[in-house]
Amino acid sequence: MTNSHNVGNDDKDETQMTTAHAKPASLSSVASARTQSQPGTALLGTGLETRGVHAWFGKKHVLSDVTLDFAAGTVTALIGPSGCGKSTFLRTLNRMHEFIPTAAMAGEVLLDGKDIYSPGTDVTKIRLRVGMVFQKPNPFPSMTIGENVLSGLKLAQIKRSNTDELLESCLTRAGLWNEVKDRLGEHGGALSGGQQQRLCIARSLAVEPQVLLMDEPCSALDPGSTFRIEETIADLAKTMTIVIVTHNMQQAARVSDYTAFFLSDGGPGEMIEAAPTSRIFSAPQDKRTEDYVTGRFG
Amino acid sequence: MSIVAPVKVIPEAREITTKPRLSDQVFRIIVTIGGMASLVILGLIALFLSIKGGHILLEEKFGFITGSAWEVITDESGTISQSKFGIGAMLIGTTLSAVIAILVGVPISVLSALYLTFYANGRVKTFLISVIDLMAAFPSLLFGFWGFFVFMSSAEYWAKLINKYFGFIPIFDVPTPIFERSPFIAGLVLAIMIIPIVTSISREIFDQTPLDRVQAAYALGATKLAMINAVVIPYGRGGIVGGAMLGLGRAMGETVAVYTVLNVVYQVNWQVLFGAGGNVASLILLKFGEAGPYEVDALMAAGLILFLLTLMVNAIADVLINRFGGKGK
Repeated sequence: MTNSHNVGNDDKDETQMTTAHAKPASLSSVASARTQSQPGTALLGTGLETRGVHAWFGKKHVLSDVTLDFAAGTVTALIGPSGCGKSTFLRTLNRMHEFIPTAAMAGEVLLDGKDIYSPGTDVTKIRLRVGMVFQKPNPFPSMTIGENVLSGLKLAQIKRSNTDELLESCLTRAGLWNEVKDRLGEHGGALSGGQQQRLCIARSLAVEPQVLLMDEPCSALDPGSTFRIEETIADLAKTMTIVIVTHNMQQAARVSDYTAFFLSDGGPGEMIEAAPTSRIFSAPQDKRTEDYVTGRFG
Repeated sequence: MSIVAPVKVIPEAREITTKPRLSDQVFRIIVTIGGMASLVILGLIALFLSIKGGHILLEEKFGFITGSAWEVITDESGTISQSKFGIGAMLIGTTLSAVIAILVGVPISVLSALYLTFYANGRVKTFLISVIDLMAAFPSLLFGFWGFFVFMSSAEYWAKLINKYFGFIPIFDVPTPIFERSPFIAGLVLAIMIIPIVTSISREIFDQTPLDRVQAAYALGATKLAMINAVVIPYGRGGIVGGAMLGLGRAMGETVAVYTVLNVVYQVNWQVLFGAGGNVASLILLKFGEAGPYEVDALMAAGLILFLLTLMVNAIADVLINRFGGKGK
């Protein structure tokens, strides 16, 4: 028995699981998660895996020993009360964690089997493959809507010929094309909050990431915009792996295939349980998960 | 019978008033006095300069700005028989050396602000910031001395090189090979003097770059250079222009440092490498000690022109900041 939570990746062999540290409290989910069939796994590569990830801010240990797999083409929701380390964990997945001074981490994050923290890694290439959408919409105000979408190409110095096509396809996939197609030359700040957030999604799609990380992307938005973005997420999951942090359990239930529950009991945040979303909400294995998803705390 | 629709009465907008507490009223007065003080002082200085120098401007007319003679001829009894005042050469010297200072000083300042904000860390950063602050407080006379005794010989050598290879461009040509005490050298000394102010203003604005935009750029796979280009510079542009304008103001008004490294010659000179020029402020310094009352009035008129020129530059700067600065915000 191990504390590894292999969220839906049938290709992984058992031996890998035995290397992780034993921690009996959260084991039962493993077996159940692994019996699920995976959409799109074969087409989209092996996806993203973490092995024993810890995180610190200065001396404060904020995240302890998270081992979790994200199968390609699935949506995984990270839920848990504030301060449980779920956003920190998300930010270790594309190396945004290290921007915070004094931030440190341990463990491995494997993208297609390669550790993104190994020495000599070009971190800009990692972030091209693992895109991110932030809590607060953050379009570049000095750029037009069109320039915002294509900004990733410029920032990462990617040459592309048919940018008009790319522009349209990204905005369409982000569910924004019809609203902005006649005003691509306007500044991004002229859009509503929900539109700005979809613009940010379109922007991250333009560099064609294989994984998209979303850090509470709807927490600053109204219900209508939230609904649009959830639709977008469902659509995007056909072609990429999505990891979404959310405070909203209904949202996790609506959009995700898998859910991982994080909790801190005053010490570093830990992952308590990870399983197919329906199971987390209907038959959680851990008492604390049950208490959380039934609204007894959090 | 027809039904009469009820008339909807739209009321007049109410006047909304408020009566502030006494403490607020008193504080408002104190703050207003503080705010107006600088305006009043500036106005009084302008008034004083106009009263003292106005009649010189009326006598010399436009020639005061375009001409380049400064002569006072007195007869035996000491009364002035003839005089001619024109600060054209000085205005050109002022402009040339200030422009050179901006062209050289601003890029260095922006680079150093970028370094301090995004590259230096820990002790290096703290140390460099205090060095730059110290530089800002350094007496300008010492910059002048250093420029004259130490810097001039190297700068003269550079001037000769520029003249040798770019002498075909009119402003880099010289009529006679005199490279000392030229607008070029004065401009370089001024560039060093404006670096602290431009750096610290740029650094402050770079520091305020919204973190979410910085992260957005990085999350899209930007290198640091690309991030700075796409996020920091658009956001900080207004601050850079503002800092540059403050630097320009200092460069145009600088007196002592320029006096030590720039020849005062009453001759219009556009050739930046040639040792002739002078600026308005150092002319005033040069003449003030030995000037009679009438000549002092002429110097006040020169001061007034410098004042107006600085005012104009600042007004242009405001327009520039409004036009180019706001977009990145």
